[in-house]
Amino acid sequence: MRLIFEKSSPGRRGVSLPELDVPFSAVLDEKYCRKEPACLPEVSELDAVRHFSNLSRMNFSVDTNFYPLGSCTMKYNPKFTEAAAAMDEFSSLHPLLPQLLGGGMLAQGALEVLYNTEHLLCEITGMDAFSTQPLAGAHGELTGVMLVSAYHKDKGRKRKYVIVPDSSHGTNPASASIAGYDVVVVPTGKDGFMDMERYKQVLSEDVAAVMLTCPDTLGFFNPGIKEITDLAHKAGALMYYDGANLNAVLGKCRPADMGFDIMHINLHKTFATPHGGGGPGSGPVGVRGELADFLPISRVVRRDDGTFALDYSRRKTIGYIAPFYGNFGVILKAYAYMLALGKDGLIQVSENAVLSANYCLARLKEHYLPAYAKERCMHECVLSASAQLGKGVHALDIAKYLIDKGFHPPTIYFPLIVKEAMMVEPTETESKEMLDTFIEAMIEASKLAGADPDALHSAPVSMPVKRLDETAAARQPDLRWQAKSK
Amino acid sequence: MNYIPHTDSEKEQMLDAIGVKSVGELFEHILPELRPKSFDLPAGRSEFEVIEYLKSLGRKNSSHLTDFIGGGFYDHYIPSAVDALAGRSEFYTAYTPYQPECSQGWLQAIYEYQTVICELTGLDVSNASLYDGGTALYEAAMMAVRLTGRKKIIVDSGVNLIYRTMLYTYTSNLCVEFVETPVVHGQSCREDIYKHLDDKTAAVIVQNPNFFGAVDDFSDIVRQSHKSGALVIASVYPVSLGMLKTPAEMGVDIATGEGQSMGIPLSFGGPYLGFIAVKKEHMRQLPGRIAGATVDKDGKRGFVLTLQAREQHIRRERATSNICSNEALCALRALIYSSLLGKEGFRQLASMNYQKAEFAKKVLSKIKGVEVKRSSPTFNEFTVCLPINADEAVCRMIDKGFACGFPLGRFYKGLDNYLLVAVTEKRSREEIMRFANSLESVLCA
Repeated sequence: MRLIFEKSSPGRRGVSLPELDVPFSAVLDEKYCRKEPACLPEVSELDAVRHFSNLSRMNFSVDTNFYPLGSCTMKYNPKFTEAAAAMDEFSSLHPLLPQLLGGGMLAQGALEVLYNTEHLLCEITGMDAFSTQPLAGAHGELTGVMLVSAYHKDKGRKRKYVIVPDSSHGTNPASASIAGYDVVVVPTGKDGFMDMERYKQVLSEDVAAVMLTCPDTLGFFNPGIKEITDLAHKAGALMYYDGANLNAVLGKCRPADMGFDIMHINLHKTFATPHGGGGPGSGPVGVRGELADFLPISRVVRRDDGTFALDYSRRKTIGYIAPFYGNFGVILKAYAYMLALGKDGLIQVSENAVLSANYCLARLKEHYLPAYAKERCMHECVLSASAQLGKGVHALDIAKYLIDKGFHPPTIYFPLIVKEAMMVEPTETESKEMLDTFIEAMIEASKLAGADPDALHSAPVSMPVKRLDETAAARQPDLRWQAKSK
Repeated sequence: MNYIPHTDSEKEQMLDAIGVKSVGELFEHILPELRPKSFDLPAGRSEFEVIEYLKSLGRKNSSHLTDFIGGGFYDHYIPSAVDALAGRSEFYTAYTPYQPECSQGWLQAIYEYQTVICELTGLDVSNASLYDGGTALYEAAMMAVRLTGRKKIIVDSGVNLIYRTMLYTYTSNLCVEFVETPVVHGQSCREDIYKHLDDKTAAVIVQNPNFFGAVDDFSDIVRQSHKSGALVIASVYPVSLGMLKTPAEMGVDIATGEGQSMGIPLSFGGPYLGFIAVKKEHMRQLPGRIAGATVDKDGKRGFVLTLQAREQHIRRERATSNICSNEALCALRALIYSSLLGKEGFRQLASMNYQKAEFAKKVLSKIKGVEVKRSSPTFNEFTVCLPINADEAVCRMIDKGFACGFPLGRFYKGLDNYLLVAVTEKRSREEIMRFANSLESVLCA
């Protein structure tokens, strides 16, 4: 499809502004002004509407396709939460209003949303305090690692290392590293869990924290998790819980009870806010005990008279990590979702997410090798296309074939430690019929790998484009449209 | 309501296929001692009840106030088509376009968004978005540290205090040294910046318009900084770029900013849109996603995520940033907004903001005891000195129905009587007049 810039016609307008109702009275000195206007598209409103409506149709999305993208929890996003966030009483609220004198009083409803959300998250996870400020999961991780650092500094300790398993999300080591730590990677043992011998070897008084996902990225719940957290605490290190996989364990276990000290939650995953084509997300960070002193400011507090206020006077705080109170619109949607589901609904979420993933695993394990040959998984299962590799078929080919069948492919080539990995996260909101058609397509792909590998190699054939040359894109980057005259 | 479609008989069939008797068996390896000590949550409610409850909370917000408050976040009009198009769930229920063939709509939109950011800033390369203007500024600062191998950064104190504070938080363990230079007569103090510039300086960070609303031309600062081998980072307000000199025209190396003003609701602080644009030679140090054009195997144009070797999912602890989820949907809103306004509309929008603010300045300066600061030109926000404490004036103005500005004493010592007033295209002449009359009456009170 042509770019909106290529549809531009000089003089066309998509929206009109009101007449200037004040005198045109001033002229800004030329030295402060740009020489030429920005070359933005010149299109009618219909041009724009048609362009973006048609672009929207060139995507797979949860609302149009099954989207079992492992690790991303692409569950259905209820519509009423969109309506909640669009309410003018919230969407038009200026974030600096609480700064005006008596200020919190101008935004009591919004502060109550934040306060209540933090408290629900505390109960769900067992943590003592939450901050909704982090703007995405990785941002929550970075905030968490900064809390680790502030905590040790406060104790007068200098610690250098953060331990992550080799199955971790890439954001874990990246967050630790940009916060100033050296990363120590512990390999996964033959049983699919972190190698305990190696873990014990690298644990020392130089270790600031251990970052884990539980269930991990392989979809396994480590029954020995308590031993891991106990060992870390013995060494004076903090335990960080990557909440990316929380959808598996709501009401089944809580990070704090397992011995984790700091965590983040991806509200957009577990609490069903739309992923927006890449974002916005929201990554509230929760802590136990005295770590609450270090949380970013401001903190939402309830006064004795029941009103809400923002507290900036926290001596040990790490400071500002976001301009205001987090991605409020996203938090509001997650809050609405939690209220609608309630206790039983949330427990049902995890039970059915785990049921659906195990069903996929049970029916696919004859056709694809399950990671570490395990029979059971939690909310997602990792399969390997290594058996198909012998026939020249890669996980990538299977993924592209699934696109032709109308399915968004699973996450592929992650975790990095599983050869030809395909990570399937069906979520609790997909029906059995949908899972069955997906499973049939996966089985078909496996059969085709033997019978007609070229059919897989040439996929997809039903999309607006065929397989794209990613190498050429990186070698000669073309990252923007340029007017021809330039 | 839990949005789970499985019927009891389907669950039975699924359990049979798995070979277990109950769902409980699937959780057996979570040992009893790991089970929740508490899970005391309220019972679920219907959608209707939740909406009614949230409406009741909404009513506790003073969203009726007429905004003359800005401070980097502005009450601009959002055309209906922005909501209609960004509200298409084929966009908003997708995720990061890892699989390009079934995500061409999103990838093309990101490529178009990147073009808009390049056109506005004049720079060569933009990424697909960052969280907000503050985190964008932090990412730019870290880029400068990596590119120069230096660790000292000069920050003009006209840069939004919130962003400066964020910079300090993020770098508190990284041995990055910050030097703040003062604002004199509303503008960056060259003398002070040059005094601190040396061969250890990675970057000079400035903002246009600055927090006080003053516009500047940083070309001289750029020339001087480049002589020392330092980069210049400018945090800019995109709507102002419909009119103001671009970062590229000033020679700036990295431009960042908050994109909220381009079709994104204020929404009590987020989700917003961080943008970043750089000169071509710096593109491999950019953080986050980037879309690029390529061809498919038939030679047809298509789009992919590219230069991924910079990113956390490939490079892990050696990535340029830890960012994964970004603010794609907000970037889409900015793209749609810019497309609807177009080349002429965007210019006109900027001009309208400027004219309205100039009109407000004139009207306010007629009030006895009110002094409009005129030491430097401004765009759509300006500083006034009041005869009373600005906090007090703001409080009285709330009763008149106005969020009348930001009391600068909250961020700057010694400016207790100063108010920062923003006037966007949404403020009518009538509102401006009423604002001035109300201010006059509360000052007399």
